[in-house]
Amino acid sequence: MELSRVQVPSTVRRETRFHKIKKRFLKSWQLYVFLLPALLYFIIYHYVPMYGVQIAFKDYFVTQGVWGSPWVGFDHFLRFFDSYYFWRLLINTLLINLYQLALFPLPIILALSINELRLGVFKKWSQTITYAPHFISVVVVVGMIVAFLDPQNGLINNIIVAVGGEPIDFLTSPVWFKHIFVWSGVWQQLGWGAIIYLAALAGVNPELHEAAKVDGATRLQRIWHVNIPAILPTIIVLLILNMGNFMAIGFEKVLLMQNSLNLSSSSVIQTFVYKSGLLEGQYSFAAAIGLFDSMINIILLVTMNQLAKKTSDNSLW
Amino acid sequence: MYKLSISDKAFNVLNYGFLSFVLALTFYPLIYVLSASISDPAAVSSGNMWLWPVDITFEGYRKVFENNAIWTGYRNTIFYTVLGTLLHLCILLPCAWALSRKELMAKKAILWVILFTMLFNGGLIPTYLVIKSLGMLNTVWAIVVPNVVGAWAILVARAFFQQNVPDQLVEAAKIDGASDFHIFFKMVIPLSAPIIAVMALFHAVGLWNQYFNALIYLTDQDMYPLQIILREILILQEVGGDSAAGAVGQTENLLEQAKTAELIKYAVIIVSALPLLIVYPFLQRFFVKGVLIGSVKE
Repeated sequence: MELSRVQVPSTVRRETRFHKIKKRFLKSWQLYVFLLPALLYFIIYHYVPMYGVQIAFKDYFVTQGVWGSPWVGFDHFLRFFDSYYFWRLLINTLLINLYQLALFPLPIILALSINELRLGVFKKWSQTITYAPHFISVVVVVGMIVAFLDPQNGLINNIIVAVGGEPIDFLTSPVWFKHIFVWSGVWQQLGWGAIIYLAALAGVNPELHEAAKVDGATRLQRIWHVNIPAILPTIIVLLILNMGNFMAIGFEKVLLMQNSLNLSSSSVIQTFVYKSGLLEGQYSFAAAIGLFDSMINIILLVTMNQLAKKTSDNSLW
Repeated sequence: MYKLSISDKAFNVLNYGFLSFVLALTFYPLIYVLSASISDPAAVSSGNMWLWPVDITFEGYRKVFENNAIWTGYRNTIFYTVLGTLLHLCILLPCAWALSRKELMAKKAILWVILFTMLFNGGLIPTYLVIKSLGMLNTVWAIVVPNVVGAWAILVARAFFQQNVPDQLVEAAKIDGASDFHIFFKMVIPLSAPIIAVMALFHAVGLWNQYFNALIYLTDQDMYPLQIILREILILQEVGGDSAAGAVGQTENLLEQAKTAELIKYAVIIVSALPLLIVYPFLQRFFVKGVLIGSVKE
């Protein structure tokens, strides 16, 4: 496997400077030994694949390797854009993520609500219970969804039948897929997502609340005018981070929930990369789609960051 | 103390009501699975069992304990989790320590090299090809090495070292002639128990719960971790590792498997998720701490 070229700072500019650096290096050479395993890891498992991304512009043959395979330019990209499933994949990916993004306020509401509780057992248990689902694996969560929504003997359909309805086959329905996917995610991550806001709320200056009380503000008014402005920077930074993961969120779960009947609603770019690349062996084509995906991601992250910088003083860099 | 106004009282009632609703909604599926796991499957599928166990039976658990695939998976998962977490710490801690030292040259460049991996990566296919060309398919290394350490973890540990290991201490040890190795192993590590616990826990949970790397890198069934076995039972509704199933015909076999899956699905969820759910409340403060140090902006 070829290694990508690592940037070497041009240290050899002047003899004296070289000696100085050599001396400094020898004095703390052990620190560089500490760095070595991590750097090797990043080079081999992150930078070599980045170098390997060039197969997106080639026709990769296993026998010829990344370097030896012939160039084809943008062929794979064009084939992808022209395919009938391109729009379906893009729209599904966007819709699922927009749906999730629209529910962004939920953990904030939970945090504001828990924050209003007096210290005590109820407060502690509200946190322990709402954090718990975070520790359940996606496989088990999807397993629970499958069990609960089973058309013959699942809990939900038992209830629907008991109140006189017709059982619904949720799992094979394209209409239901996105709702099930997003709301089971809310169930799993709601409490966990609130942790950061709770910490930010704990840092709100109590004097602000006292002053507001003196002015006769109600609880709701104090939440609105004191608490929310106080955690706004946290909210913005997390929004940017979410946007940065925009195209990537939860494809492993999508893959588990996918079946041939709900594909029209559940096939997203990432699962398509997995299927065409690893199951069908179209390495170059899949790598091109993957590259397209991460390009959108970077553009979104950078744009959001610029936007946040301009409109407020909060940004990632 | 002044009296609560009417609107504040109303707010309290609504707030407690809202939270109780959220808690019930969060907790109910977990209680349901627990109750279903020890109830008669007939009562579960007919809807007679909806909160507390009905016709208590441990048949599901018996089947789980008899199933070889589940135990092999369990053993593999424990092995991958322990090995992967150790490897994580061995790579993460020295690197984060070195990056927290001001005498390190080219620190900015090195940090940039690491942080860039957060922004951009080669993607699934190129990464897979690297793992494949290194001959790591179907080895334990394919599970524990990819994602062994992330830029986020390095930043968090580095911030901890910067804030919690006093510089004077390090300088004093250096004047006494201590080497960097000595300082790290004899002074830094003993001072860093909290961050080691946090990092180890986060990584261990991730390894315990991951299935995708095993799905793409392992084909040898004896190496499957628990999550892959769970996927087969819960989602694909196939139960392997049952010695009795072999003799029956193909369709009957599938039917038999589906029946067994129905019987054991709740028990197997409990068996796989319980260790984490029991341990987690005791370690909650570590996890919360981890999220919070992680959110400290550079």
